[in-house]
Amino acid sequence: MNSSLLVNIVRFILLLAVQIIIFNNMNFLGFIMPLPYMLFIILYPVNSNRAALLLSSFLLGLTMDLFSNSGGIHATACLILAYYRPYLFKFAFGVSYEYQTIKLNDTLTPERFSFIFLAVVLHHFTLFILEAFQVSFILDILIRTLLSTVFTIISCIIIIYLIKPNKR
Amino acid sequence: MQQIFNFIYKNSNRLLFLLLLSVSLLLTIQSHSYHKSRIISSANFLSGGVYEKINNITEYLNLKTENDALALENARLKSILFNMKDTTTIKKPENLLGVAPDDIVVSKVIHNSFNTHENFLTLNSGSNDGVKSDMGVINSLGIVGIIDKTSPKYSTVVSILNTKSQINAKIKKSNHFGSLSWNGKNTGFVQLTDVPRLAAIRKGDTIVTGGQSVIFPENINIGTIYKYYYQEKTNYYVIDVKLFNDMTNLGHVYIIKSKDRDEVNNLEKESKKDE
Repeated sequence: MNSSLLVNIVRFILLLAVQIIIFNNMNFLGFIMPLPYMLFIILYPVNSNRAALLLSSFLLGLTMDLFSNSGGIHATACLILAYYRPYLFKFAFGVSYEYQTIKLNDTLTPERFSFIFLAVVLHHFTLFILEAFQVSFILDILIRTLLSTVFTIISCIIIIYLIKPNKR
Repeated sequence: MQQIFNFIYKNSNRLLFLLLLSVSLLLTIQSHSYHKSRIISSANFLSGGVYEKINNITEYLNLKTENDALALENARLKSILFNMKDTTTIKKPENLLGVAPDDIVVSKVIHNSFNTHENFLTLNSGSNDGVKSDMGVINSLGIVGIIDKTSPKYSTVVSILNTKSQINAKIKKSNHFGSLSWNGKNTGFVQLTDVPRLAAIRKGDTIVTGGQSVIFPENINIGTIYKYYYQEKTNYYVIDVKLFNDMTNLGHVYIIKSKDRDEVNNLEKESKKDE
């Protein structure tokens, strides 16, 4: 329990640092920015305390907002992803999934990929809607969501496979 | 009573979610409705400090372009200096700006965003250096934005690449006024709207800041006309302005305080009172 808490704290800080120092400066075509910091919410232990996940993802988003002058859009997007995560699990792994057996940072199966994909789409769509905050930008929102999703998923998968936790 | 506690205990996660969601939505809506009400901004100790550290490193990568820009500006200043005797009609740069030298603060951009609809810059000088909200920010090539919030050591700038920013501008040749805004698409271009149909417009004409604004002094460069079209609905021109500045690559900037600003503001207040 203690070690998983420690792992999560380290993950929180490291992902934020990597996001702010490296990925925030990446701008493919001027507006596509991968946001792998949300990996924290994806990789959070499945059967852990839900209230702690909500609070920590709110803090995660708020810190991102602090650094990108964006009001509360990252906080809202992270919070919504954190709250709907169990439903995404149910959708991706089937209704009768067993909490104990899901390990996301393992070999990539279609179930794991579809979970990551759904999570990223949910997060990005909320984020870009709130960022534009106007219905007239809807096409722009969809394009940004689509392209950023692709790059975020690529960076997420790369990060997962680069930093595989030690096998016990 | 017991049932209420039971209800709260059972739905604690949902309640926590709703609470946090309302807080974050409040922050979002506040930041969208009026930019000065932004509570979470990068003009604070933590993010300002981190950005300064990061900038210290990345600055080295941009030394070459920064040097080029400085060399260009040096050349321009030298040419003014050497030609002073011959062309006595040319005013000094200070007079041209309409700003006393004391009212210019030299500052450095430590964070620059240009990939969203509402972009902000962070500068490393704040209220300790005399920077206040609503001061204009320019660099050697043209305008950059308007100061939004300040902390003792840092300040944020509403970039001209912000769909919310509205700046008074005019066509240098014909003195036709319009308002400058951004449509959120290309970082190299901003749009000048509300230019009357009467205005004679040609591609390549220079756009400068207009005198109606109390934030910027008159005649500061913005860009050149790249494309213009006529809007049937409103009977006004919309002009695509190609910026002199590369907004994606900013180094040092000047924060200026218009000399007459307080005077104009007071005057306008008084005439409103009389009504």
